[in-house]
Amino acid sequence: MIVCKDLRAAYGERAVLDGFSLKIPERGVTALSGPSGCGKTTLLRVLAGLEELQGGTISGIVPGETAILFQEDRLLQWRRVEQHLTDVLPRRRWDRVPELLALAELEGEGGRYPSALSGGMGRRLALARCLALEARLYLLDEPFAGVDLPRALRILERLRALPAPVLLVSHEEAVLERADRTVWLEGPPLRALEPR
Amino acid sequence: MECPKYLKKLLYALPAPIFWLGVWQGCAFLVDHRLGGRGNELLLPYPLSVWRVLVSLAGTEGFWTTVLTSLGRIGVGLVWGLALGALLAVLTCASPWADRLLSPAIRVVRAAPVASFILLVLLWTGRNKVPAVIAALMVMPVVWDSLSRGIQAADPKLLELARCYRFSRWKTAALIYLPSLRPQLLSALTTATGLAWKSGVAAEVLCLPEPSLGQRIYYTKYYLDIPELFAWTAVTVALSMVLERLLRACLGRWGRGRHG
Repeated sequence: MIVCKDLRAAYGERAVLDGFSLKIPERGVTALSGPSGCGKTTLLRVLAGLEELQGGTISGIVPGETAILFQEDRLLQWRRVEQHLTDVLPRRRWDRVPELLALAELEGEGGRYPSALSGGMGRRLALARCLALEARLYLLDEPFAGVDLPRALRILERLRALPAPVLLVSHEEAVLERADRTVWLEGPPLRALEPR
Repeated sequence: MECPKYLKKLLYALPAPIFWLGVWQGCAFLVDHRLGGRGNELLLPYPLSVWRVLVSLAGTEGFWTTVLTSLGRIGVGLVWGLALGALLAVLTCASPWADRLLSPAIRVVRAAPVASFILLVLLWTGRNKVPAVIAALMVMPVVWDSLSRGIQAADPKLLELARCYRFSRWKTAALIYLPSLRPQLLSALTTATGLAWKSGVAAEVLCLPEPSLGQRIYYTKYYLDIPELFAWTAVTVALSMVLERLLRACLGRWGRGRHG
């Protein structure tokens, strides 16, 4: 179990996390949902070690053991789809490329450049690249933005089967319903409304 | 019937040179009309006279040796300038101390008159080395400036991604910095090649290494052989353009993907 207790973080004077606590089970998908700007992204960035924590503790994980999918795709326009994965995978694990492409339903697109992909395909490539990292916690910020719902749900099922827990942000009702656990949030400062 | 691609390119490229040749021809005609006698020979020759001189020069024994030797000297200087500028850009961007130490010196090199450097380098080294050293010195600050700006302007979101996705320094340089720098480098290259030729040939004119384009240009001044001066100038411009194209082609292969 990954336990976040009394987390505190702020942007200048503005407290985004002020005593926020959350438990993330060892496996499965925990979905976070809440209005824009309530602090969901900040929470993911704090867990990834990208924002400085001003108080509180995180146990069961260290920032170096997480993999984050950013809110933007951040694809390298000069690298092909397959290269995005081999850039992240160690050479001995390059055999995972077909598996990751299949997970993101990008089979047959390996030789294309990001500019030739649709918005949803780019998002799925960014997701596959994030999952190529070996991590003990995957932090996915709106992984299904621009992805059609049936496909998003199929990919969600694959995320649920991952050996490491997934904490994802989504606004899609169907995704939230099928996640192993959903936490409704509001803020700032961020606070949980009702764990399911 | 569709126009072949090369013909389209030719039709696109030709009007500008034809226009400027026309302007040159018109001016030469005016000189001829107003002054008569040796006016064209001493002030502004006709394009055709220059072409004739160029053809006759190209047939002489020393022409190609002169051209290739100057190309070699200035080419070496250009490559050294590019390498040094790139190295200094990396250093000054990586370390604030290196930036504080090196930036003022590079700015002095950029602002100092080229003639002063030519004379100093002539005193310090042999005359044959001066054009290469001067070309390198003139190119280095331009490349340093462009690349430093490029490095500082690298997308911070991609750099954050590189940190989070555990890219090594080499991988970050190869996958993020270098492709981001490509446009800056290509633009710096155009300026740098022109500068290398201008300063390199100026150094040759002052130091007279043998054989060299600068030496030949110096003799045209000595003998007031203006058509030959135009011919050697045309050779210099053509060489500068060829070298620039070559370098752009080499760099164009590197880091190219599908942008946009």
